[in-house]
This record gives sequence, structure tokens and C-alpha cells, in this order.
Amino acid sequence: MALIGEKGVQRILLVTAFSAMSALLLIALFIVNEGVPFMFRYGIQGFLLSSDWDPSSGTFGIFPMIMASLWVTVGALLVGAPLGIAGAVFLSEFAPRPVMRVVKPAIELLAAIPSVVYGFIGVMVLAPLIREVFGGPGLSVLAASIILGIMILPTVISISIDSILAVPQSYREGSLALGATVWQTVHMVTVRAAKSGIIASVILGLGRAIGETMAVIMVAGNAVKIPDSPLDSVRTLTANIALEMSYATGMHREALFATGVVLFVVIIILNTVASVAMRKRAAKK
Amino acid sequence: MDAKFDIQNLSVYFRGIHALKSISMAVPSRRILGVIGPAGSGKTTLLRALNRTNELEETTRIEGNVRMDGHDIYDPSFDVVALRRKVGIVFALPVPLPMSIYDNVTYGPTLAGSPNKQRLDMLVEKSLRDAFLWDEVKDRLTMSGLRLSGGQQQRLCLARVLAMEPDVILLDEPCSGLDPISTARIEEALTLLKKDYTIILVTNNTKQAARVADDTAFFLMGEMVELGTTDQIFTSPVQQKTNDYITGRFG
Repeated sequence: MALIGEKGVQRILLVTAFSAMSALLLIALFIVNEGVPFMFRYGIQGFLLSSDWDPSSGTFGIFPMIMASLWVTVGALLVGAPLGIAGAVFLSEFAPRPVMRVVKPAIELLAAIPSVVYGFIGVMVLAPLIREVFGGPGLSVLAASIILGIMILPTVISISIDSILAVPQSYREGSLALGATVWQTVHMVTVRAAKSGIIASVILGLGRAIGETMAVIMVAGNAVKIPDSPLDSVRTLTANIALEMSYATGMHREALFATGVVLFVVIIILNTVASVAMRKRAAKK
Repeated sequence: MDAKFDIQNLSVYFRGIHALKSISMAVPSRRILGVIGPAGSGKTTLLRALNRTNELEETTRIEGNVRMDGHDIYDPSFDVVALRRKVGIVFALPVPLPMSIYDNVTYGPTLAGSPNKQRLDMLVEKSLRDAFLWDEVKDRLTMSGLRLSGGQQQRLCLARVLAMEPDVILLDEPCSGLDPISTARIEEALTLLKKDYTIILVTNNTKQAARVADDTAFFLMGEMVELGTTDQIFTSPVQQKTNDYITGRFG
């Protein structure tokens, strides 16, 4: 260290910190540069709100994909958020501490399973099951929602637990001493005090769900159409890019980049909302 | 003098400490019992044993017998939630719940059932008046309780206990962090409240016990050294240790 000196270390760290940021900047620039001119040339309205996606004849309407992403993401939240929040409340407020100390890392390990494995399980187990029980093609909004719902569990549970545990013990004591039962204390005091953290966990989960690609390609069925039931096959924005990028050229290629821009904007909005919610929580303490 | 609590051979252990050593005493109804003694003498442990908030600490073990109005409160069939509604406690550090002043006061009554809005409004005003807080907060009842000053927060905590219309109020050094004016207000409230409630006031401040308590108990190292009327304890204590403590020779 003496060789480099204090100033040298600072400079090296500055470069590493800056490189992470510049990677983000470059990606953003690249996508915008490739996608935005196309959107203006083609017409933003036609691009976002038209339902025809036929690259060979030069029509690029991504509305079905937007709807598909929305359906799948909302579905994932309907599955993942109640399960995750309930699980977090149980683990932090009801389960004995040793149980939580074992179960929480185990749940966090769910995040380490590659998404292709989730997709594989979806294709092999979930899709046939849905086909048998509800009919339809099996590879569907429902299958994608369930798989994504499970995939966002670690995010929702882990952050929710942290924010519930951050609620001062004195709130719980005060409530119990006023003759509240444990359950009344949980839903009237603890969960309310941890609300912004819990909301943030769901929004982060949402960001993960909307951005997930591999598992969704495998289980959603990839039909370009606006879904009218959860049993329909759909193609999400992410799937659209991943499926067609390998052979796309010219306008088609630009249209896929523009799809990326739409996705990028949606995720940035979500992340901003999440961080504002988190900051609100920090300010309250 | 009828006893509210009848305590027999009560011992409490927690975190490996024998915090209360076989205490036997009777707590008379509708009077203020002052409990004095140096830090670590078991005063708070005694209070928390009376509404079973001790149990919130997992390592707590309790022996002996506590009867309230003749019923054993440690009997497995005794309803601990009902007990805590009858025996309210104000902790040393004021901890309003993270909600509005109004909701803080109505928290207990709402849990116990849901009285109508009109009755809640009345209850809020009466409780805040009895806690000498009404005039300071009546125009901002929807403000978060956390934004009040320390002294106001403590009176809010008292008001939310009063709103449950309990039989007994336990106070654990309620004035330890407060300025003299807030302290005076709480003491004033207590002397007016004793006609309706049995009050047990744990305090580090012997003068406070002398000012407001009818009876005083002196605790030392987990044992009760002496219990008598406040006059007797402060003018002619039987035990030498009591005398040393109240005259400030130790503790």
C-alpha cells in the first residue's frame, strides 16, 4: 500500500466506483440511441398501442406484449406478495427465533437458483398440471405468474422481515400492555409501522418480475396476442427481445431496442417509487 | 382496608438474575402506593409481575402467588389479555404508538370491542383531561403522537391507559425523563385519580413518593425491606436501611 500511497488508493477506488456507474450510463445511452429514433420514425402511438406485431411486413405494435408483461407481473404479485408478507410476518413475529434463523437464509437461497431451473420446473410440472386441471395450453399467464410469484418470494420476505424487525420493541410492548393480543399488535401496530418497508419489498419484487426473461420464455407460451384469460399463452416484452434479437436486422432490430426502452422506463419508474418509499421510512425514524 | 393485590412469596428470575426474592405484601385499593429503592432493587420487576408484562421477556420464570380481587392471576386459566386491560402500565420511557394522538387514546378501548364514535370522542376528551394534556392537544388530535414533547408523550401514555378504564394503574418511573413542570402535572393528575383507581408508583425520586404516595414500600436488592404509610416511612422508619436510604446516606 505504501507503494501506491493514500492518494493512489483513492484514485483507484474512484475509478472502480465510476466504472459501475458508467456501465449503467453506457447501457442506457446505447438502448436509447438505438431505440428512440425508431419510436419517433414509426410513431410512438402506433408502436405502443397497436396490436400487430409482424416484423416481416414491417408492422411493430407492442401493445400485446405490454399487456402480457402487465398481466404476468400483476399475477406474480398476486401470488408472491400475500405469500411473502404473510411468511415474513409469521417468521418475524410468531416463529421462535431459531426457526427464523434457519428459514430466512433458506428462503434467501431461493434467489440463488438459476431462472432457467424455475422455467424447467414450470414446463415439466406446472404447465401440464394447469393443462389438466383448467384446460388450455398450460403454458400461460397463470403458469408464468406462479413461477414468478415464487421467484420474487426471497425479495419480498427478506426485506419485509428486515423492516418488521426494525420496528422498535417498545411499540410491541406498549400495545401488548394495553391489552392487545399478539395478532392485534401485529396488524394494528407492527405491520403498520413497517408498512413502507413492506411496500418497498413488493415494488422491488415487482421490478424483478417484470424484468425476468428466461423463466417467462419457457412457461408463458410466447403467443403474440392480448390475453383474455389467465390460461392464454402470452409473450412479454422481455421475451420478445430475447426471442427475436438473434435474427433481427434493420427496422426489426431497432424495434426490439425500442421495446427495451419501454421496459427500461417502466423499471426506472418502479425503482424510483421504491427508493422514495424506503427514504420515507428512514426519515420517519 | 381491602386489598387489591395480595402477593405471597413472589419470586421472579430473568436473564439468570434472581430479581425479586420471595416478596409478600398487600396492595390496598384506591390509594397510591409508592415503591422506592435504588436501581436494580426489583421495583420494575414487581410492577411488571402485576400485569404479567414480565412474560414478554422469554427467559422470565415466576414463583409464588399473586391474587387480584381474590383471583390468582398466574393461574393458567386466567385471561392475560383481560388482566392487562384491567391493570394498565405506564413505562419509564414514554412510547406513543406510531399513530395519531386520537388513535393512541382509543387504541385500548377499540381493541376491547368497538364503542361508537361518540363514546370514543367523549373518552378521548375525558382521558386527556384527566392526564392534564387536553388543553395542549385538543386542536391537533390527528397529529402523530410521536411529535409531542417528552412530557406530553408521557401524559399521552397515561391518557391511553385511563381510556381503558382500568382498575389499577402501574407507573414505572413516569417522570424520570421529565422537567419539573411536566412532573408536577403528572403528580397532580395522580392525586386526583386515586379516588377511582389503585395506583402503584415506582420512583427513583424519594421526594416524589413523599409528595404523592399514601403508602410507601422500600425495596433493596430484590427484597422488600419495609412497607408502611408514607408518613411512617419518612418520619419513623423501623429499619435502619430505610432510614439510610431516605436520608440519602446511600443509593
